[in-house]
Amino acid sequence: MTHADVLAKLQDRFQILAKTEFRGELTPEVPLAEIETVCRACKQELGFNLLLDVSSVDNFGEEPRFEVVYELYSLEQKLHLRLKTKVSEDHLEVPTVSTVWQTADWHEREVYDMMGIRFSGHPDLRRILMWEGYPYFPLRKDFPLEGKPSQMPDVAFSEVAPLAGGPFVTSPTDSGTKDREPRARGLD
Amino acid sequence: MVQTAPAAYDSKVEGNVIISRLDACINWMRKNSLWPMPMGLACCAIEMMATACSRYDIARFGAEVMRFSPRQSDVMIVAGTVTYKMALAVKRIYDQMPEPKWVIAMGACASSGGMYRSYAVLQGIDHLLPVDIYISGCPPRPEALLEGLMKLQHKIDRERAIADQKKELLEVF
Repeated sequence: MTHADVLAKLQDRFQILAKTEFRGELTPEVPLAEIETVCRACKQELGFNLLLDVSSVDNFGEEPRFEVVYELYSLEQKLHLRLKTKVSEDHLEVPTVSTVWQTADWHEREVYDMMGIRFSGHPDLRRILMWEGYPYFPLRKDFPLEGKPSQMPDVAFSEVAPLAGGPFVTSPTDSGTKDREPRARGLD
Repeated sequence: MVQTAPAAYDSKVEGNVIISRLDACINWMRKNSLWPMPMGLACCAIEMMATACSRYDIARFGAEVMRFSPRQSDVMIVAGTVTYKMALAVKRIYDQMPEPKWVIAMGACASSGGMYRSYAVLQGIDHLLPVDIYISGCPPRPEALLEGLMKLQHKIDRERAIADQKKELLEVF
């Protein structure tokens, strides 16, 4: 089976909103409402038995704002498939695929933790990297890299990190690599 | 015939008595048997393990008894990146260590947050704990950790153990 066969079979049964083919990788975009049934068909009928990753993209300023990306792989056919679906900020809820591939459980928890996209039907939707009660979603584009202060007594706290100065920060300059590189500098 | 003997000579103890200050004795005992609490949080912990192994042999400095129980430790070696999620756990472990206790911040991350200028990483363990020794490096080589340990030994050597830490003993006199 090739990517063309996969695409033909998907187009027979499902609505494909857009597709990208780039350097031998096929990326169809499917409607949010159909993502679970598409995934189930991909696994059970097309043989994509391995879910490599679930990730998310924040297209800040666009509508719909978020995108959830599923990386599928067929071990028998050695074929890769990337599914995308767009999620609006007003309704941040995606059907879970942890009922299709069990490994999606933790991947979806990570997406929820970092981007704030909820997965309906997920068996255990808790934060996985940050602590329960952390008020922000740090991988969103409107979240600053240096972080925001937060306080949760007896559990954790966070503060804003300084982004300029110090021995580990690159200093933008035209005078060459030697001065640009992060290194211990005297106070001047 | 009258037998004589030197008045102040006792053959049982002469040569076995050393006169010193109590502070110096206590400090000498403390600094040569530091029991570390290895707070290994990232790659620095690998260098710490190397320091404990035969090639570098931290036992030469009396600090080979790595205790994974804070209640039996003297010095906490914070080796690695302290995330905010871990920070209060590190503090709680430090609080469980009995006095007197010391802290070594090993490596760039534990000292200053290192290259992790981000929302998730505490910018230096000295925001939470009183650090005695900072060791630079990313990660520091085992020699650097041993140098830090020796620096800590020098620091302990200069402490006023009785006056600062055993005030109740002084009140007796």
